[in-house]
Amino acid sequence: MNETSLPESTPSLQRKLEGRALRSMLLSILVWISAILTSIPLFSVLYMLSTRGGARLNWEAFTELPPAGFEMGGGFGNALVGTLFMVGIASLIAIPLGILAAIFLAELGPNSKLATIARFSAKVLAGVPSILAGVFAYATVVVTTGTYSAIAGGVALAVLMLPIVVLTAEESMKMVPKIMKDAAYGMGCTHTQVIWKIVLPTGMPAILTGVMLAIARASGETAPLLFTALFSNYWLIQDGRLDAMNPTASLAVLIYNFSGMPFDNQIELAWAASLVLVIIVLIINAISRIFGKPKF
Amino acid sequence: MMQQVATDTDAQPAVLAMDCKLNRIFYGNFLAVRDSHVPIEKNKITGFIGPSGCGKSTVLRSLNRMNDLIEGFRFEGHVQFIGQDIYGKGVDPVVVRRYIGMVFQQPNPFSMSIYDNVAFGLRINRYKGDIGDRVKHALQSAALWDEVKDKLKASGLSLSGGQQQRLCIARAIATQPQVLLMDEPCSALDPIATRRVEELMTELKKDYTIALVTHNMQQAMRVADTTAFFSVDISGGSRTGYLVELGPTSQIFGNPREKLTKDYISGQFS
Repeated sequence: MNETSLPESTPSLQRKLEGRALRSMLLSILVWISAILTSIPLFSVLYMLSTRGGARLNWEAFTELPPAGFEMGGGFGNALVGTLFMVGIASLIAIPLGILAAIFLAELGPNSKLATIARFSAKVLAGVPSILAGVFAYATVVVTTGTYSAIAGGVALAVLMLPIVVLTAEESMKMVPKIMKDAAYGMGCTHTQVIWKIVLPTGMPAILTGVMLAIARASGETAPLLFTALFSNYWLIQDGRLDAMNPTASLAVLIYNFSGMPFDNQIELAWAASLVLVIIVLIINAISRIFGKPKF
Repeated sequence: MMQQVATDTDAQPAVLAMDCKLNRIFYGNFLAVRDSHVPIEKNKITGFIGPSGCGKSTVLRSLNRMNDLIEGFRFEGHVQFIGQDIYGKGVDPVVVRRYIGMVFQQPNPFSMSIYDNVAFGLRINRYKGDIGDRVKHALQSAALWDEVKDKLKASGLSLSGGQQQRLCIARAIATQPQVLLMDEPCSALDPIATRRVEELMTELKKDYTIALVTHNMQQAMRVADTTAFFSVDISGGSRTGYLVELGPTSQIFGNPREKLTKDYISGQFS
């Protein structure tokens, strides 16, 4: 290569270049370390949970009722059922309501006053401490029905899920390309047909991602359940009868209760229950990644 | 459903598929197009050319009431189509669009399978016949069948740009609309794909009437039977498009009546 035309490198230029290379390297190291630090909490939690909770993760843990006092053995079967049931109720309320509200926000009246208010409420609600969702459900369901119940717990979790579903679903529907909607209108679709046949199906993978994240969030919540579902040492379904109007156990509240007890047996179970909870959340996240593949 | 009007391809007097008298088209207070009378002959390709902002796309999109989707759009004039004014009282724009199909500038297949893309229009029209048959026929007419017949279940978005555009053409003709509006259908395609779509257009005019917006004068020369030249009137501080001249393509490019047309086709338009 002919380098005669290049200006001769002077000592000051050399220093400048060295300075830049040094800064570039330092910055690279900084972002590497930050990325590593970000992944540490999850992996350390997973490690700790599997070493301390893994031992008790047997068939008995999933099928038995929680032990009382000095009892040995036992499990958290009723808490697992309770968590699944209450998250199910919350999903039944929050997912249809959230997606329908999002259709309004994205398609029917994106600039209307109602949309502005609803969007603002959803954003605020998303940031409200989760215990306030419990307060809301306590005031509306527990007080009026006069009992702690799985229904009240489900309502509290629904309040937490709703803003996540609304905001992610609206965003997903807004991402559907306008040219795709134009094509549907050009074929003679009504606005309703465009929404149901194009916008919703096209946005569905992204909507489902949001739904999954909301479910994952709800499954791990403790505070909203503390004074809505409370806890119970019995099965939600007894003698083939569903008992949704009485205090109900959940994994999160079981962990909260047992971890503070002075009995090794209960503490071990709390670790195992934590591991189960984290595994549930991980599975839901994995599913959301499979759904979430962009379609366009 | 859509009845096929008896065609008479070698008729001497021009048979019109549409007769469009566009007096004034507004977007809000902005006058976008004025005083343009565009007859569209049956089984012919009518090309719309002109500089940017001359309103040729606005005119095209007014012919199947696509512009009704834009807020502030206002139309004064008449568009006669199968014996009625599509802007007449009580005419549903949604129904108009089922009879007058559209192909867009950007290929825009739906994110569904190739088959479902083509069957889409048939399904929303509750077509009672054999959908598979019509899908195959539409894909054959769009010269795409041989390339996709083994992967009809693959996503329409997995095709190349040129194939996607032919898929969109197949989708538009599956319901056998009377008129096909094409808004710069080749502007996002490479020259080889463009050539295929152009060949397809000349093939399709046997069965359909086509109105084509193009910014490519060579394309108009190659495929259009009739050419409409639009220009922009910038007097009065606004930019209003209008029809300068319309005639057989050979006359517009060989012997234009208007000086504006002559300047534009010879590249002397600023």
